[in-house]
Amino acid sequence: MLRDITLGQYYRTESVIHSLDPRVKLVATFAFIVSLFVANNFIGYVIAALFLAMVIYLSKVPPKFIFRGMKTIFFLLLLTMVFNLFLTPGTPIVSVWKFTITQEGLKMAAMMAVRLVFLITGSSLMTLTTTPNHLTDGLERLLRPLRLFKVPVHEISMMMSIALRFIPILMEETDKIMKAQMARGADFESGSLIKRAKSLVPLLVPLFISAFRRANDLAMAMEARCYKGGDGRTKMKPLIYEKRDRLAYLVIILYLVLIVVMGRILF
Amino acid sequence: MLRTDKLVFEYIRRDEEGNVEGITRAVDNVNLDVKPGEFIAILGHNGSGKSTLAKHFNALLYPTEGEVFVDGMNTEDDSHLWDIRQEAGMVFQNPDNQIIGQVVEEDVGFGPENMGVPTQEIWERVEESLKTVGMLQFRKSSPNHLSGGQKQRVSIAGVIAMHPKCIIFDEPTAMLDPNGRKEVIRAARALNQVENITIILITHYMEEVIYADRVFVMDKGHVEMTGTPREIFSQVDRLKELRLGVPQVTLLAHELKKAGLPLPDGVLTREEFVEELKKIKR
Repeated sequence: MLRDITLGQYYRTESVIHSLDPRVKLVATFAFIVSLFVANNFIGYVIAALFLAMVIYLSKVPPKFIFRGMKTIFFLLLLTMVFNLFLTPGTPIVSVWKFTITQEGLKMAAMMAVRLVFLITGSSLMTLTTTPNHLTDGLERLLRPLRLFKVPVHEISMMMSIALRFIPILMEETDKIMKAQMARGADFESGSLIKRAKSLVPLLVPLFISAFRRANDLAMAMEARCYKGGDGRTKMKPLIYEKRDRLAYLVIILYLVLIVVMGRILF
Repeated sequence: MLRTDKLVFEYIRRDEEGNVEGITRAVDNVNLDVKPGEFIAILGHNGSGKSTLAKHFNALLYPTEGEVFVDGMNTEDDSHLWDIRQEAGMVFQNPDNQIIGQVVEEDVGFGPENMGVPTQEIWERVEESLKTVGMLQFRKSSPNHLSGGQKQRVSIAGVIAMHPKCIIFDEPTAMLDPNGRKEVIRAARALNQVENITIILITHYMEEVIYADRVFVMDKGHVEMTGTPREIFSQVDRLKELRLGVPQVTLLAHELKKAGLPLPDGVLTREEFVEELKKIKR
């Protein structure tokens, strides 16, 4: 059913990683991505792999779930590898017609592939273990300092969570309008690409009108319930760091130090 | 509790250059006085101005002429704006368009969060209001999985959590099936009787107003009739002129009376009708 879609790819289970504060997970993901670009040797990647394996184990998310996301980037992965393989200058190993595979190219391609795979795994691990709701909450808190530069952080996160709430409703509505138009002879499936794009107009116009109407109603309902922006607002579910969150920060710092130190020692 | 004094509201239509194209008088010289703890129903067909009137009680619209007072506070006085909105809660027509949270309990907590209630108390209020409308077992559910009646009850809980003195229901049942309608009306009556909250119910379903203390019938922005449900529904022909029906039982009794049976005017419920018929049989 349409109303059952969940955004992102949250995997519902109970684990240490799931119960971590969303801010920790956001920071950790960021730190992990940075570490992938800092690490430039074999040992560094081994450490990153071990770290990732540990988090996957702790998260209790089945590995096949995590690697399912890999399929979508397979083509991108292949492309980067091919480019790196053939276009990096250096000592040639094999040469076929105009294409030369160099030693450096081989190394570069392997490194890029590992980086990409780790990057996707790391960030999908975050969305797998955090509800979209929590994620927006965490973002709001993390970006709070930006308010000094007049960035409307609260408003942005409110918009994000309202969007999340209305996606299933608008999906249902799209379905309804589509059926109504089809009942009157509209054709969404056949014809050339341009023809099909054109046939979407009678779908989009009513959808937009109804979305605006909903927005108007919602704004009124929010005002009627005393909504006046982020100032002076309290939280029903405030984000409070607990012991495990502090511990997690410690682990992240240790991990980063290890990666940097390893890079220094070997080069 | 609520009082309007010679209230007039005009919608001004403008063309693209901002010139006035036409003025529609949606509410025309309305004088109301609602006492604390009353259950008031406002009836009227589409475009009679009843929803426009309702939005004045929550300071969502301001009068063009005249004044509106909520618990003694003038709605045009900006310094009381948030007090007014807290004291006079509002439940709207479309259940989907007034639920903000992605989880039932988060939505109920939205009002108290805005008011700056401390976290611990928000949780207490949420639990208590969900219990009042009988939705406590759904507290962790997504609103998208609830029925229309249940969603409306969540909206009501969201209003109760703000501890209002008065709740205005703006056609809360117009988009619901008969079961959902019953759920919502039952919740509204319970709030009135148990919690002693003043209720203003705006509707065009006749069956829903029979429990009201007083009924106002609106047409073209005017209040055309005022009285108890019995007084109002005794005047079947006058209501027909205003393009309003009466509950089926009332209509049946009215027709039977016209045909010569000695029945009283303004029979409201089926039970009452049966009693009256038994009397005739004897």
